[in-house]
Amino acid sequence: MRRTMAVAAAILLLAGCGGSGDEEPAAGGGSGAPGPAGGDALSGQLTVFAAASLTESFDRIGQDLQARNPSLFITFNYGGSSGLATQINEGAPADVFAAASPATMTSVVDKGEPVVFVRNQLVIAVAKGNPKGIAGLADLARPELKVALCAEEVPCGAAAKKALAGVALTPVTLEQDVKGALSKVTLGEVDAALVYRTDAKAAASDVDGVEFPESAGAINDYPIVVLTDAPNAAAAEGFVEYVRTEGLTVLTEAGFQAP
Amino acid sequence: MTERRRGRVIRRQRVPAALLVPALLGLAFLVLPLAGLLIRAPWGTLPARLAEPQVLAALRLSLLTATIATALCLLLGVPLAWLLARVEFRGRRLVRALVTVPLVLPPVVGGVALLLVFGRRGIVGQWLDQAFGITLPFTTAGVVLAEAFVALPFLVIAVEGALRGADARFEEAAATLGAGRWTTFTHVTLPLVAPGIAAGAVLCWARALGEFGATITFAGNFPGRTQTMPLAVYLALERDVEAAIVLSLLLLVVSVTILAALRDRWVGAA
Repeated sequence: MRRTMAVAAAILLLAGCGGSGDEEPAAGGGSGAPGPAGGDALSGQLTVFAAASLTESFDRIGQDLQARNPSLFITFNYGGSSGLATQINEGAPADVFAAASPATMTSVVDKGEPVVFVRNQLVIAVAKGNPKGIAGLADLARPELKVALCAEEVPCGAAAKKALAGVALTPVTLEQDVKGALSKVTLGEVDAALVYRTDAKAAASDVDGVEFPESAGAINDYPIVVLTDAPNAAAAEGFVEYVRTEGLTVLTEAGFQAP
Repeated sequence: MTERRRGRVIRRQRVPAALLVPALLGLAFLVLPLAGLLIRAPWGTLPARLAEPQVLAALRLSLLTATIATALCLLLGVPLAWLLARVEFRGRRLVRALVTVPLVLPPVVGGVALLLVFGRRGIVGQWLDQAFGITLPFTTAGVVLAEAFVALPFLVIAVEGALRGADARFEEAAATLGAGRWTTFTHVTLPLVAPGIAAGAVLCWARALGEFGATITFAGNFPGRTQTMPLAVYLALERDVEAAIVLSLLLLVVSVTILAALRDRWVGAA
């Protein structure tokens, strides 16, 4: 429902900025601030669909970029990557798509040329101070523990399944995205959840992240793309460029690895 | 006789275009999305998709939990409605307002609220866990609870309306003939408002069947235990749209069938 609202909001915003394409050259020429791509400043309405795990980083990157380009307005639509892909395939207007797995990217029909911009690894999110003494994946199989995973349909679930090969684990819930799994730990309803390292880091005041070696075999590549029929291709190119250069600092600070 | 006269009046009346056009647009707005499901449905693979064990498990769980939730609502809601309709007490208007809050509350908020009360660290949940070892989140009982929370107001409102509409003189007559309050309630009041209760139960059941937000927040999502049809639809959308359409269609058919069959019999008669 939250995603539908975001899409509806994006559509309204786009409809409202229908004329912005004409103003683009004027705004680019008038503004003194050079864009991150080295050329003209970015302007107009930009809609970015991004995996839920990118929320904190992309919000910051978006703020930085908007500060440098006053006539640029970025709308983010965060959610499970696969759901976002479905929305794009069903005609939701988007300029940029950043997914949490290449498989999801493949499912987008009219994409451009995706590039991997960061990688993410799973950790075990546990309550602050790790009261249950969870040291690794094998501990998660302890019968008294309640564990939340992402559903296999979303990338964090697919990665979890890969990492858990050989561990007999029955989770209590299969959440629709990584934030759902994390919040069940934050609320204390489960003892552990497999989430991205970046999510555990973002919630460091509530949870600890326990690293485990098996996660190296289930690293998620994050591809980003300017969509073929992007309403604002110029700004979209600028956004992707910025994410891959200066934005990378924000992303690595959040716990992502450079590709 | 009155029926015939009423029918004639309607036929003779000219419907002004200013009312007819928006009315038809409104109808189209409600019906078109449903038609969209029918148009996009992958009819060829429909039987195979419906026979998938995960679909059947979700449907079975949905029907089971909605029915138990409705039973729970009947057990608690009918007395509550009676209290609101028949007993004068201070703060009755406030109580009535509180009872209807879940109607307008976003279901996700309901789920969060349930989690804070019945969760492992919740006020009631903590005690349930320590004293009896019972935890409600991530269980089928949790699904029932979430569904009952959002569906109960529908039952209470329907039954209270029926009670207010019912002639209180029958109850007074029973009382003057020596019947106690309980006997009056079971032998006079209940049969009098039975159609209203039935209508309320149907609405309640339909609402419980469609519950999504409170369920996924409070009970989580696990196939066979807490994954009801609306949750299965949402997750199917992550994987492939056709599967989501098939599941949506199934839920639509179940809801419409039940509403059509029961509304004509009970709501229509009331």
